[in-house]
Amino acid sequence: MFPKGTKRKFSDGEEAPSEAPGPTARALSSAYSLQRQSLLDMSLIKLQLCHMLVEPNLCRSVLIANTVRQIQEEMTQDGTWQIMTQALAQAQCPSDRLVASEVLCRQDPAAQSPKPVPSALEQSFSEEVVMEEDSPAAPSPQLGGAPYLGPFSSSWDEDEEAEEEEDSEESVSEPEEEPRTEQVFGTFEIKQPPPDPALEELFSDVDPSYYDLDTVLMQSPKMGPYDLLESLSHSPALSSSTSCRSDLNELDHIMEIIVGS
Amino acid sequence: MQWCFSQVKGAIDDDVAEADIISTVEFNHTGELLATGDKGGRVVIFQQETENKNPPQFRSEYNVYSTFQSHEPEFDYLKSLEIEEKINKIRWLPQKNAAQFLLSTNDKTIKLWKISERDRRPEGYNLKEEDGRYKDPNSLTSLRVPVLIPMDLMVEASPRRVFANAHTYHINSISVNSDNETYLSADDLRVNLWHLEITDRSFKFHPHQCNTFVYSSSKGTIRLCDMRASALCDKHSKLFEEPEDPSNRSFFSEIISSISDVKFSHNGRYMMTRDYLSVKIWDLNMENRPVETYQVHEYLRSKLCSLYENDCIFDKFECCWNGDDSVVMTGSYNNFFRMFERGHRRDVTLEASRENSKPLQVLKPRKVCAGGKRKKDEISVDSLDFNKKILHTAWHPQDNIIAVATTNNLYIFQDKVI
Repeated sequence: MFPKGTKRKFSDGEEAPSEAPGPTARALSSAYSLQRQSLLDMSLIKLQLCHMLVEPNLCRSVLIANTVRQIQEEMTQDGTWQIMTQALAQAQCPSDRLVASEVLCRQDPAAQSPKPVPSALEQSFSEEVVMEEDSPAAPSPQLGGAPYLGPFSSSWDEDEEAEEEEDSEESVSEPEEEPRTEQVFGTFEIKQPPPDPALEELFSDVDPSYYDLDTVLMQSPKMGPYDLLESLSHSPALSSSTSCRSDLNELDHIMEIIVGS
Repeated sequence: MQWCFSQVKGAIDDDVAEADIISTVEFNHTGELLATGDKGGRVVIFQQETENKNPPQFRSEYNVYSTFQSHEPEFDYLKSLEIEEKINKIRWLPQKNAAQFLLSTNDKTIKLWKISERDRRPEGYNLKEEDGRYKDPNSLTSLRVPVLIPMDLMVEASPRRVFANAHTYHINSISVNSDNETYLSADDLRVNLWHLEITDRSFKFHPHQCNTFVYSSSKGTIRLCDMRASALCDKHSKLFEEPEDPSNRSFFSEIISSISDVKFSHNGRYMMTRDYLSVKIWDLNMENRPVETYQVHEYLRSKLCSLYENDCIFDKFECCWNGDDSVVMTGSYNNFFRMFERGHRRDVTLEASRENSKPLQVLKPRKVCAGGKRKKDEISVDSLDFNKKILHTAWHPQDNIIAVATTNNLYIFQDKVI
């Protein structure tokens, strides 16, 4: 019932913020942010699945959405939210995003302001790889983008979590990582993702208020369960499909590094 | 108190048919009848037959009294969705005449059922043969009065009212008013007041005779409303809320503070609320904190992340009072249920399982080992089966007889009278 191999329960991570700073505390707090990230991913997936139902259980949706909000608030306070939204803005291929996470990003005004993003996808992923080798714990916000492929590869998530926890134990230079992230992104040009015909078509009958989290909960999409996920995963006839494939190759590459196989 | 096994109802095999999952359990006001509802939309009513009511042999048996299909699956064409036939709640109406009435509800529709007994039938019709064929009136030479002759008891359930189309969200509870004329139904967002006679309208809030009701929220607050105060009960007359303990704060705080059940005590002075980890008893005159708090399964607090992952954190447990309000009971996982004796500050964990189901077998208290070295007979938290949950429990209004529903079995236990 409990996944084997998870080393820490969430409550362990919660004690971290109150501890005095020290190397152990830094390692713990990165574990905390990893666990918080995985909780966020899990909640978004749950919301997504809730949203798939024509008549969602209101109580459950509200509770999950409130949990997401709490995480978002905390992450905004310590700056990780902005980093994550930047990372998501980088990913141009629709298969890199879940609707729900995109919804959250668009909702956040901070994410709207043009943040520097890499101009080429290959460059962005290689940057992630580089950072990953240097400091395993740092790219957790970016790699947080990867689990958004979640529904097609849930076992991947678990592997990744296990690996990330292992990595974070080895991590030493935690406080330096975030400023480095900012530096890296500071040198890139702004690039908006090209309008995606498949996505446009998908949302053509949905009004902009869709992007409000509250509306997301209340609305029932006309598509049935799993249609949304499938359409995202298959992404038929995209102009950027070739770059998608290279993205996936890059992601495979990252995965190999993480898994170490 | 020593509890011993009395009966178990339901299929024995472990392969649970979805339709057999018990979704609600309720004693009627005398305790003579015990109703269960299941996921397949059926209501089964058991009747108590007391043999040897004198001690020490006091043993009551509940046997099937009536079974009927209360709700069928429906399809809402406008929204293109199927409405589940699962019975969410059953509430008995106080008995006014020979027949019994109960309200049963699924997600959208509430039905009032009349359960009546028939143990006689008329015989000797003038115009009808025994087999029902009509006689030619011209063939009659004499008239006689039909007589009622005894027959095997037949229990019929007939729907008397259907209350529908008033809830946008899923109905989660109904509650009958003490005036016996009105009742409330609630979904996730709205409480409706119905009059038993009027089926096509529900008054959202309607000024009525002295009546107070409570509703609880997903944030752990409870509001007590007096319908005399205003026509539109937007303002509560009392708000019960306990300040949060900051040391226990986590991302799950809101979810676990969400209240899954509220029950008034029989004497009307207290109410009990159930949230995910605890049972709280509130004095209706004190709003700022509960008078008693009982931890049901505190060892789960460190497992909340996993319980969130597998959705167990959303399980809605019910709770109930005993007849004199001295003991409260609620369910837990691994087919465990807990009882808290208020005055003596004693609590016990018992298990409903087929292994302990020999007649009059005394239930052995169970213990969960939260950490450290596990003693013999203790069960460790990681060995608990989270698919075996007791959500629905009911206590006989007068006697120490309890009905506990596991996934698809109904267990009846009684207090051992030595």
